This record gives sequence, structure tokens and C-alpha cells, in this order.
Amino acid sequence: MTTIVTDAGFGPDTETGTWLDLASDTDPAGLSFQLDGVTQIRIAFPSFADGRGFSIARRLRLMGFEGRLRAQGHVLADQYAMARRSGFDDIEIDDDMAARQPEDQWLARAEWHAHNYQARLRG
Amino acid sequence: MYKYSEFDTAFLAERNAQFRAQVERRIDGSLTEDEFKPLRLMNGVYLQLHAYMLRVAIPYGTLNSAQMRQLAVLAETWDKGYGHFTTRQNIQYNWPKLNDIPDMLDALAKVGLHAIQTSGNTIRNVTADHFAGAAADEIADPRPVAELIRQWSTDHPEFQFLGRKFKIAITGSDNDRAVIKAHDIGLQIVEQGGEEGVRVIVGGGLGRTPMIGKVLRDFLPKADLLPYLESVLSVYNLLGRRDNKYKARIKITVHENGIDDIRNRVERQFAQIKPLFSGVDQDILAGIEEAFAPPALRQTSARAFEAAYTNDPVFRSWADTNLTPHRDPGHAIVTISLKAHGATPGDASASQMRVMADLAERYAYDELRISHEQNVILPHVAKADLPALHAALKEAELGTANVGLISDIIACPGMDYCALATARSIPIAQEIATRFDELKLEHEIGELKIKISGCINACGHHHVGHIGILGLDRAGVENYQITLGGDGGTDATIGERAGPGFSAEEIVPAIERLVYAYLDLRDGGDEHFLQTYRRLGLAPFKAALYPDHQREKAA
Ligand code: HEM
Ligand code: SF4
Repeated sequence: MTTIVTDAGFGPDTETGTWLDLASDTDPAGLSFQLDGVTQIRIAFPSFADGRGFSIARRLRLMGFEGRLRAQGHVLADQYAMARRSGFDDIEIDDDMAARQPEDQWLARAEWHAHNYQARLRG
Repeated sequence: MYKYSEFDTAFLAERNAQFRAQVERRIDGSLTEDEFKPLRLMNGVYLQLHAYMLRVAIPYGTLNSAQMRQLAVLAETWDKGYGHFTTRQNIQYNWPKLNDIPDMLDALAKVGLHAIQTSGNTIRNVTADHFAGAAADEIADPRPVAELIRQWSTDHPEFQFLGRKFKIAITGSDNDRAVIKAHDIGLQIVEQGGEEGVRVIVGGGLGRTPMIGKVLRDFLPKADLLPYLESVLSVYNLLGRRDNKYKARIKITVHENGIDDIRNRVERQFAQIKPLFSGVDQDILAGIEEAFAPPALRQTSARAFEAAYTNDPVFRSWADTNLTPHRDPGHAIVTISLKAHGATPGDASASQMRVMADLAERYAYDELRISHEQNVILPHVAKADLPALHAALKEAELGTANVGLISDIIACPGMDYCALATARSIPIAQEIATRFDELKLEHEIGELKIKISGCINACGHHHVGHIGILGLDRAGVENYQITLGGDGGTDATIGERAGPGFSAEEIVPAIERLVYAYLDLRDGGDEHFLQTYRRLGLAPFKAALYPDHQREKAA
């Protein structure tokens, strides 16, 4: 079982469509031709220390992808705002992580719009 | 000087609350040690040989007196009464307890200071020319741009878990005092056809694979800076190697892919990112520039200065080495040496910090700077005040007249504090300084930069020392390798290895032989060590370093 984390906290996985799964070493530049018709993409976080997924998400958004973007794997509550700001809609974590870092620790980062230097500078 | 906006203050309060919670979550097991590590690092907290260490950012090297006094309070309340200024415009506290660190961060926030991104695989504290805003040779004060970059890079969501650390330095002068070519990105403010822009250099670095940075963009309009930096970082984040920690810096990415390939990727990314910037960053920059408006300089008579210079040889000697021309002829830039002979380079006690803060308030328009050469600078002092200032410094044992001389040594913490060290560096610096002080030769020798690192990571910048010393471990015995001819300035050069290393007992006599050889070889007193080295090359210095070897060859 897995838990889906959104701004509202923990929930079950309600998506039923087909996912395009991307590894963390994917070069998004090579993907443009594959994105036609894709509505949901999952980017793997094999380790929380592998921050490439944040840039991949951002690139996909810059390339015009407007579907659902999910970060899946070893993501920390501390990274929730980073993920949302980079363009992810939600995060999929396993039960161990959900038990070790319970919902309140994620909700503490749910106001990811606040205190955002980059948004302020971009205007 | 820049003062925190409400936004900055609110951000920092929230960030400090988050770190306090992270420490608690480490203790209750929510975070594993592995997970906690990058989180504490991005808040400046290292685990060292004996204890935790807190590294506090001195943004672009600039402090006011209230901030300096608060650094003294931290040293007294949570450390052993002193702090250590580093080559990256940080101050390190070597003995805090983890549980106290959240309180230390709150105390820093009260004066607008923080420890964010002073460590970890993040964009680090941006460093700048320590004479910024005062130097006679500058095109523009680089600090407003540095502050803009500080804001942009702080908590940047894409770049908190990079493949490796990322260091940016900036200068506004042709005379590079910020070692920009030894940084992941070096920026130089330049002028083209009346417009101010930025030259972008990428892929420099020291460490085990020293490299001089290459030009990525010769002229970038100032308004394009943030989207351009974001593009470089995005390219690095995805392309940089993650399979080998020693090949993870952008210098290797540039080396392996070629500067042209990197440039193409950056430009492609830039085309996508640039339109997202509405231009408000330039309004924010204009506000920051206003905050950095130079102080209204007093006009005073130079008579007191001239009298002291003529009549007081101690003052004269200090003025000759520790003053730099100010853009205003009635003022001087004062460098306070933290390198008293025999002391730990870069250490300052809480009472010395207070003295410097008081003097800055009284004589220097309330401004202080920290240099990458581990000294403290009063950037604007009226010449008339110099004799009184010098007298006060002498009384606090801060009057050492050795800036730029052989005892003004950069040394990393080495075996005395650092978990990665393979040799001691501080004691070697102390012995060299003490020896040349005994010989009473250092003013005769003139400009000579010695830099010492306690391991291959090169925190002491030994690659760019005129004389570099690298402490290694050879079968359990300290062994010191010498490099010659390095230069961290505008003509940045990596030093050449002179030959086999020396033991801890042999290293100071070896340096002495080198220096005597230089004194014999130089073309008059105006030719500095580095110039002589460039003129003659390694051979004569090698002969001086290894006299036995020469004899063997001759026999
Ligand atoms: C005491 C704990 C310290 C540790 C564990 C440490 C660790 C390291 C490591 C591992 C590197 C090599 C990075 C690489 O090549 O990828 C490095 C480089 C560097 N560090 Fe430190 N360091 C410490 C203290 C300092 C201090 C006190 C300073 C300033 C005096 C400093 C400034 C630098 C600089 C300037 C570099 C080389 C430039 C570059 O990154 O290419 N470090 N450090
Ligand atoms: S050069 Fe080595 S010994 Fe010196 S501070 Fe850096 S990591 Fe430690």
C-alpha cells in the first residue's frame, strides 16, 4: 500500500489512468515526442538525496505538460514544498515513511506558497 | 547596507522554526541520521572531529557593528569565546551543542544573519570582493547583485539536493580579489557600450582536481542574470555526475562535455526560462542598490595622518602594509590582520570582535568586511582617523602589520578540527609566521602569499598560493608537498608541484631556503616572489629546495 500526500494531507491513490514512469536520470529533452496524449507522469525518487526529479518536473512544466505530476519514492516531508514548487501535484510514499513521518509533519509544509523567494523574484 | 525586508525576516523565522523541528524529529526518530544529515548541512551544521560545528554566512563578506557584536555573543554564550573566519566569508563556531544550535540561529536572526546553505549540496553563501564599494578600481559595487543571488538561491526548490556543492563568487573590478576563476560560477561586472552587464565564468574549482574556470558568456545583460543562473544550475543538476562524488562538481561536467556543449544546453534552457521573469527582480535589485548607497564621506585634513606617518615608524610600517587606496583620496581601506605571529589564522576572540565592532562604529561608518584571506576590513576610514584607529588596534593586539606578507597565511583548520584532515595546517602556519618574525625579514621579502591545506580538499586554497603547502599522510607520517607559482588573482594560475614532500620538521627550513633563493634571484626589491618565479620558472627554486639532490647529480 502507498499513501498519496497532497496539500490536504494523506489520502489513498484515486488515480486510475496509465502512468508514464520516469527514472531520475531521464533527460526530459528527449521526451517531447512521447508526451502526446500522456495525462499523468510519475518521477522516481530512489533516494531523497537525488534532487534531479525536481528539475525534471520543472522542465516538463516548461515544456507545456499540464497533466498530473507525481513524485514517487523516498521523499521527505521536508521536501514537500520543494516538490510542489517544482511542479509536482502530489507525492507517493510507502507505508514505512507514512508511519515514520506522519501526516502532521507533511501538513506543516503544506503552505508552500508562503515564503517563496523565487516566486517573488519571478513576479 | 542591505537591511532585511519584512519578507526576509518572516522567511528566516519560519526557516529557523523548521530547523528546530528537524532537530526534534531527529531525536524522536522521524528522521534517520542519513536523512537528517543534508538537512542540518543546509542549515550550516557540520559534524567535526570533536563536536558539531556551526558555519554562519557573512553575506558577501559585509557586516555592521551590531552583527559583529552578536557574533561575539554567540562565541561567548555557546562556544569557547572565539570564532574562526574562513576563506569563504563565513564564521565557524567549533564547539556548539546540537541542542543549542536552534537558539544560536534565532540569536543570529535578530541581527539579520543566518547559516542557510553554508554547507551541503546546495548553492552556497555567495562571496564577493571584500573591498566592494570602496576600491578605487571598481566598475560597480558587486554586493547588490550578490544579495539578489542570495535571495534567489535561498531555499530554491530545484537546487537543495544537487549532485555536489555549488559556489558562486562575484567581483566588480578587473583586479580579481574574489578568486572568481576558482568557483563553480564566477561573475564579473563589466561594461559594454555604456551598459552594465556580467561576465559569466564556469567550472573553476580547487579540491583534488584544480581547474581554472572558463568563460560561458562574455557579456550578459544584468536583467538576464537570474534566469541565466537558473539555466546553468538546471543543466548542472541533470547532467552532473552522481555516480562518483569526486567527479560531481560542475568543473568535471564542463570538462567531460566541453564548454560549447554546456553553453548550448544553457542557452536552450534560458530561452524557456527567461520569459517567466516579469522583470520585478530588477525593481527589487534597484531597491537593494539603494540600500548599498555609499556612506556620505566626511572630508578631513590629512595632516594628522602625515605627521604620524613621518614620526612613528610602527604606524608607518602598518600603514605601508595594511592600507589600500580608497576611491576617495581622503579615505583609506584598512585591513585588520587576524594573523598575529604565532596565532591561529582567522581566529578572533569575542573581545576582539567587540573592539572591531566599536571601531567600525566610531571610525568606519559602521561597516566591516571579512576577506577570503581571513582578515577583517574597515572599508571606509577617513585618513585623519588612522592614527587613533591604529593605536586602538594595537591595544587590542590587532595591530599586526603584515597584510600580504609571508606571515599573512591562509590555513584551513586541518587536523586540529577537521575530520577529513591528513595533516595539521594551523601549527605549520604558526611556525612559519614565528620563524620569519624572528628573522625580521618579512618586510624585506614583500608580497608573498602562502596558503596551507590539511588535505587534498584544498580548503586552504594551496593551489593558488604563491607558495602552496598541502599536508598529506604518508604511512601515518605527515608529509608536506610544496606547490609554487599559484595565483588567485586576475591571472589565476594553479601552482606547480615542486617535488617530493617534506616532514613536519623539514617544512619550515624548506620554506626558508625557498625565500632565501628568491632574495638572491630577484631583480631588485620591487620584484615580488611570484614575478621572480614567473621570470625564472621552477628550476632555481627546485635547486634551493632539494640541495642534496643537486649535489648527487653533480657528483
Ligand atoms: C572543518 C570542516 C571542513 C570540511 C569537512 C570541509 C570539507 C571540504 C571538502 C570535502 C571539500 C572538497 C570539495 C570538492 O572538491 O568537491 C572542500 C573544499 C573547500 N572548502 Fe572545505 N571543509 C571544511 C572547512 C573549511 C573551511 C574552514 C574553509 C575556509 C577556510 C573551507 C573552504 C573550502 C574551500 C575554499 C574549498 C575549495 C574550493 C572548492 O570547493 O573547489 N572549508 N571542503
Ligand atoms: S582542506 Fe582538508 S583538512 Fe583542511 S579543512 Fe578542508 S577538508 Fe579539512
